[in-house]
Amino acid sequence: MSRKPRFLPLYSWLLIGYLVLPILVMIVYSFNDVVTGIPNVSFTWNGFTTRWYQHWSDVPGLTASAWLSIRLAVAASAVATVVGTMLALALVRYSGRRFRGKAAIDYLMYLNIAAPEIVMGSSLLGLFVTMRIDRGFWTLFLTHVVFSVAYVVVTVRARLTGFDVRLEEAAADLGSQPLATFRLVTFPLILPGVMAGALMAFALSLDDFVASDFVSGSIQPFPVWVYGATRIGIPPQVFVFGTAIFSLGLIAAVISVVLSRRQPAR
Amino acid sequence: MSRLAGARRWGRGATPYALGAPAVVWLFALFLIPLVVMLVKALETCSPITQACTMTWHWSEFSYVWHGSAQSIFTSLRFAAYATIIDVLLSFPIAYWIAFYGGRRKNFFLLMLLVPFFVSFVIRTIIWQFLLSSSGIILTLARDLHLVGPNYHVLQTSGAVIAGLAYNYLPFTALPIFVALERIDKNLLDAARDLYSSKVEVFRRVIFPLARPGVFAAFLLTFIPAFGDYVNQQVLGGISNTMVGTVIQNYFLTFSNPTSGSALSAIVMGISLIAIVIGGIAIGARNLGDYV
Repeated sequence: MSRKPRFLPLYSWLLIGYLVLPILVMIVYSFNDVVTGIPNVSFTWNGFTTRWYQHWSDVPGLTASAWLSIRLAVAASAVATVVGTMLALALVRYSGRRFRGKAAIDYLMYLNIAAPEIVMGSSLLGLFVTMRIDRGFWTLFLTHVVFSVAYVVVTVRARLTGFDVRLEEAAADLGSQPLATFRLVTFPLILPGVMAGALMAFALSLDDFVASDFVSGSIQPFPVWVYGATRIGIPPQVFVFGTAIFSLGLIAAVISVVLSRRQPAR
Repeated sequence: MSRLAGARRWGRGATPYALGAPAVVWLFALFLIPLVVMLVKALETCSPITQACTMTWHWSEFSYVWHGSAQSIFTSLRFAAYATIIDVLLSFPIAYWIAFYGGRRKNFFLLMLLVPFFVSFVIRTIIWQFLLSSSGIILTLARDLHLVGPNYHVLQTSGAVIAGLAYNYLPFTALPIFVALERIDKNLLDAARDLYSSKVEVFRRVIFPLARPGVFAAFLLTFIPAFGDYVNQQVLGGISNTMVGTVIQNYFLTFSNPTSGSALSAIVMGISLIAIVIGGIAIGARNLGDYV
């Protein structure tokens, strides 16, 4: 390689600063006091307080929406990860006459990734209304799996493509049954890909606004609740929840980075 | 015995279908069928009082919503295109730096690129609204330094919406470009230099062609969601720069007019697919399937 560029590190740090700036603002203002009667976020600095952390659950609608989002993200990402991993295994291992319709499934997945969320959300709303299905947790759950499953498939597939099939053959030669081979050989090797897919599905679900806005009905996941609150004023607890979710996300990401480092390099 | 062997053979042959079925059925029932229902709804006529709809093959709904919303569609296409171009230009240098010079701290820098993902999209947009507001720190500082006039404002302008879109989708652009750049064999760059390529030529004839799959994935993950987005426009923009997402949202959630909403949604889906094909050709993707 030629000598190290001098401009690039400076530029990169500036860009990282730009990405991090709004998050720092959120964290700082979660400690900002409120002087007016109605406790809403104001962006003038009124002094440091940990009041909003002590009273983190004082806004009933907000706490309920945060729990709803977490339950939803756990359920949707679990199901999306299982069915997505299964499909990825089928797509990588079987082709031609052994798996007819593979090309059609590929197109279905591209179409799914290519569809704007607003199209998915509005068309599902149309379906639920037509079928007279009440909107609520289950419609949100069905929708969140729809928009995250293709991402799981793509992520797990990328990991499986570099997989040495001879390891499975060796296990079979040593008398291992297919299920035991999967449990002891295949699954541990594709686990980082599955974990990455699961984290992505979890993050997509937790942060989803557009599709949820259409199919949530009378209950509101966290982003939908916050968006509704922008019209009347945002309670400071929103920033407390935002800071908590940010910290947990960061911890999860650091753990997954450390775990992936323990995997032998491919 | 032979029946057992037959059953086992069938069992083995069925494996890919059994593995794929849950996800495929899910996508078929809750992605494809809703798209069909959407088209059907666009052709129906609904009574505004009883909400009952009957099929009338009312194709004129499409031309009706097109005439009413073409402006917002073009606005959305323009904003999404600007945001995508800005993001690709901003991402390329940092992705290049992390891929080629990241060294041991590669994971740290990647994490930094991903940091916005850990804060809710809606909260991020609200904070930009505050930062860009006339009483926000950026404009106050700029006014104090006499960089801008006293009446200068950013919110409610197209620029604010484009800036918000560019910020929110930047990680979606930077990551795929990084992944593509990291796959490049560094020896190719040395070979190009040994053969007296200038820096510009190395970029134009080696790095960029090899980064094309990443640029296309970045386009797909940035342009398409930005095209359908309405949060940035509603929070940072105003009525003068209404995007098509807002129009669809209003049809469905404010005016209870699923017929027009479905027709417009179908138009947006069609335009997205056309945009992907055009984008693929412009970026030089030969086989779209290879890049997803």
